[in-house]
Amino acid sequence: MADTFELEIATPERLLLREQVTEAQIPGASGELGVLPGHAPLLSELGIGPLSYVAGGQRRVLSVAGGVLEVIEDQVRVLAISAEKPEEIEPGRAGRALERATERLRSTKENLDYARALSALKRAQTRLALAGHK
Amino acid sequence: MPSLIDLRRRIRSVRNTQQITKAMRMVAASKLRRAQDRVIASRPFTSGYRKLLANVVAASSGEVEALSHPLLQVRPEQRIQLILLTSDRGLAGPFNSNLIRGGMNLLEKKQDASVDIEAVGRKGRDFFRRRATLSGEHIGVFDKPSYTQAQKIADKAIGRYTAGQVDAVYLIYNEFRSVISQRLTVTRILPAPVPEGKQTTNYIFEQPPAQLLGNMLPNYVRIMVYGAVLESAAAEQAARMVAMESATTNAGKVIDQLTLHLNRARQAGITKEIIEVVSGANALE
Repeated sequence: MADTFELEIATPERLLLREQVTEAQIPGASGELGVLPGHAPLLSELGIGPLSYVAGGQRRVLSVAGGVLEVIEDQVRVLAISAEKPEEIEPGRAGRALERATERLRSTKENLDYARALSALKRAQTRLALAGHK
Repeated sequence: MPSLIDLRRRIRSVRNTQQITKAMRMVAASKLRRAQDRVIASRPFTSGYRKLLANVVAASSGEVEALSHPLLQVRPEQRIQLILLTSDRGLAGPFNSNLIRGGMNLLEKKQDASVDIEAVGRKGRDFFRRRATLSGEHIGVFDKPSYTQAQKIADKAIGRYTAGQVDAVYLIYNEFRSVISQRLTVTRILPAPVPEGKQTTNYIFEQPPAQLLGNMLPNYVRIMVYGAVLESAAAEQAARMVAMESATTNAGKVIDQLTLHLNRARQAGITKEIIEVVSGANALE
């Protein structure tokens, strides 16, 4: 059995990553997923949070939000609606998004889309946490 | 017979036009390259997503709740939402007139239904503003197409569809086939046309397939809109490039014609002067 597998992360706008990795931690919608080479085929919805992987002995982190992921033989394909590398995140923008989301959750508006506001909050938190991280 | 000065002036004017069309051709060519890059960059996601969706559909068929998803409800088409992707700028050959004709054809074909048009692009908006009901307009989408903008357009259609304001949503755009050929495409995006289900792998499902399918469908609709926006942006630049190319050639032909006239007129002038001199000299003898 190979000791690496291919990790592919794509968003509608670009292919963010295609690399041989030895390990990946992926935020699934129903919980964190740890993937090692030789994982059984799996399909899951993608959650919001940091995705980390180890390539060439180095651990790296990305921020992903929403989409699906697929594990097949020797390959993990993450199709994220949005995904960013830490160096691409603008802390200012993420901070403002966080404020907006908090504001929205605090408001007692009746037609508040709670799930949406909550995921916006989570996304902003993840991006902010990763922004300092290089 | 136009005078020499008039001819020279016209040649200069046509030459100026030719320079402009030549420049526009080059601008369109470089924009086309960028638009094509965007289409290529979106492919890994789009094709992967479609494949996964097909798998999920196969796995969830037979489950009743999957088929009763709000984005799959087929209703008699009494009210139709049409999303029309035209360009913001003209001088792109038959690009926009094809789209507008396609839109008119659809309006005619669906005469029994009421059609609302969501105009993406200035040209379509200007044309249909007085001829049909517009449900909204989006200008400036094609300068730098982003998924967020496509999502906004798609979500509006999804909202109207699930609220029962419309019974079906169609997308009309020019598909980019090659630099010299764009194809007018009319596709229904809601009720969502789910890809033919065939299970390629025996997956472990983290979520019940039916639930996964439900969550994947809205994004699938957004991706279809985004894909159409990218195609249309590339097709627009290709159409403009071809139109400007032929405009440049035509300007060259006009210049050749005018230069010929100019030379003839000049020659005639010289001949006339010689005759005058000669006959003047003859008269003196």
